[in-house]
Amino acid sequence: MRTLTEEQMLALAERVENAELNRTAIAKVTGDYPDMTFADAYDVQWEIQRRKRERGHRLAGMKMGLTSRAKMAQMGVETPIYGFLADYFAIPEGGEIRCDELIHPKIEAELAFVTKAPLRGPGCHIGDVLAATDFVIPAVEVIDSRYQNFDFDLVSVVADNASSSRFVTGGRSADVAGLDLTTLGVVVEKNGEVVEVGAGAAVLGHPAASVAMLANLLAERDQYLPAGSFVMTGGITAAIAVQPGDAIHVRYQGLGSISMRIA
Amino acid sequence: MSRTGMTRIEMTRVDMKSTDMEKNRIEHYGDELFQALRDRRAIAPITERQADLSLEDAYRISLRLLERRLAEGEKVIGKKIGVTSTAVQRMLNVHQPDFGYLTDTMVYGHGDALPIGGELIQPKAEGEIAFVLKRDLSGPGITNADVLAATECVMPCFEIVDSRIRDWNITIQDTIADNASCGLFVLGDQAVSPHRVDLATCGMVVEKNGSVISTGAGAAALGSPVNCVAWLANTLGRLGTSLKAGEVILSGSLVPLEPVRPGDHMRVDIGGIGSASVRFI
Repeated sequence: MRTLTEEQMLALAERVENAELNRTAIAKVTGDYPDMTFADAYDVQWEIQRRKRERGHRLAGMKMGLTSRAKMAQMGVETPIYGFLADYFAIPEGGEIRCDELIHPKIEAELAFVTKAPLRGPGCHIGDVLAATDFVIPAVEVIDSRYQNFDFDLVSVVADNASSSRFVTGGRSADVAGLDLTTLGVVVEKNGEVVEVGAGAAVLGHPAASVAMLANLLAERDQYLPAGSFVMTGGITAAIAVQPGDAIHVRYQGLGSISMRIA
Repeated sequence: MSRTGMTRIEMTRVDMKSTDMEKNRIEHYGDELFQALRDRRAIAPITERQADLSLEDAYRISLRLLERRLAEGEKVIGKKIGVTSTAVQRMLNVHQPDFGYLTDTMVYGHGDALPIGGELIQPKAEGEIAFVLKRDLSGPGITNADVLAATECVMPCFEIVDSRIRDWNITIQDTIADNASCGLFVLGDQAVSPHRVDLATCGMVVEKNGSVISTGAGAAALGSPVNCVAWLANTLGRLGTSLKAGEVILSGSLVPLEPVRPGDHMRVDIGGIGSASVRFI
């Protein structure tokens, strides 16, 4: 169900994308449109993706958000959300996350999948995902809500591309066949101190379930994940705030580590 | 919670140097805790009545409590390390772990039913990695390499902590006196060499009644469970004792504590080590 007119949707996409591009926090979009639905919000998000492509940017991948059962219960929802990753979101391992390009960044440790076969919903499940997976690789996501003081609801977050802003991949890529993704441990260190720990099961019980969920959500818009897709599955650890001068080091059980500096 | 004089307690302070607290006071509190344990009846915090209780005296009370248990035929089979997470250290306002004694009456096996309804007061479960030693470890001067060399295997473990202090209203001294709040523990279905697993990054998944309730990793305990065992060996070394070959050492929780009641069942999976499951009756 949709409540926005085409003009309203286009105007919102411009407003939200400009907040990202100009790094200026805005009020949540549901303030002006309290009846906005998830379908409206995804229309805005896909329009933002179209705007970026039109300017010559490529789609680097997709990401899942709100994949922790505890967080879902807290927000009163039963489904995670997704966003897209533009090419310029990618930061090389060991690179710099520049705070002067962002509003109030936070980082979280994730696992990413790279596929070798298409994944289509509905009905996509963990088995389909594992069969279609080329490899998994450690990833750190930098999320950056464009809403003032983190005052938002889920519909607003979806319109804001699920807070996507930057990501770093690194460590060792691996075949899923040799890994237990549920018990795969992650340790996040900030400035040499352990600040968060977790294991893969924090993501919907199994990170592959997150990829399946994405394929099923995309099917609602007649979209799918083509072979070669890069998918970040959602935070294994809680997001931590960072500021210039911080050094982040994330260790993955059996998959090496990812480092980055916050500038 | 009393916080007087507890801002920063150095490890070296944990020794048996002279104390103002006379022997019969130590015995009195140790006996009171022993009776609370046997009667399943929580008591008021000891630090409410003895505000100046030192860590040294708290460990003396713990020893008195242990003596009473040994006098009834229990045998020491290992040690537990507690207060290993930053969150719990912050809550108790300390910068070091503590330890307690494990006896033969506390240990259960994978899949066993634990009689918490009849034996414990206010139980909580925590997932840990247990070390089984093949050689003695005598501190001070024990390094992580010494710990790894002396470890026969590591195992998945649930520790069911319990407090004989009313409503878990504890200071660090209260929990030390109360055998580091130890209750029962469950060893899992597998044992692996410590050389086969990265103990800092190994992930832990805890399920209760079929739902994942928490995840963690080895680094949650002082950066690595190996650090915890080294700390204990060195701390005991200063007290003139050591960890013994064959002992089982519970190295500290990697996840938040979870209250449990009869009827619950839980499972812990540790990446590269194995799992432990337990039912509560």
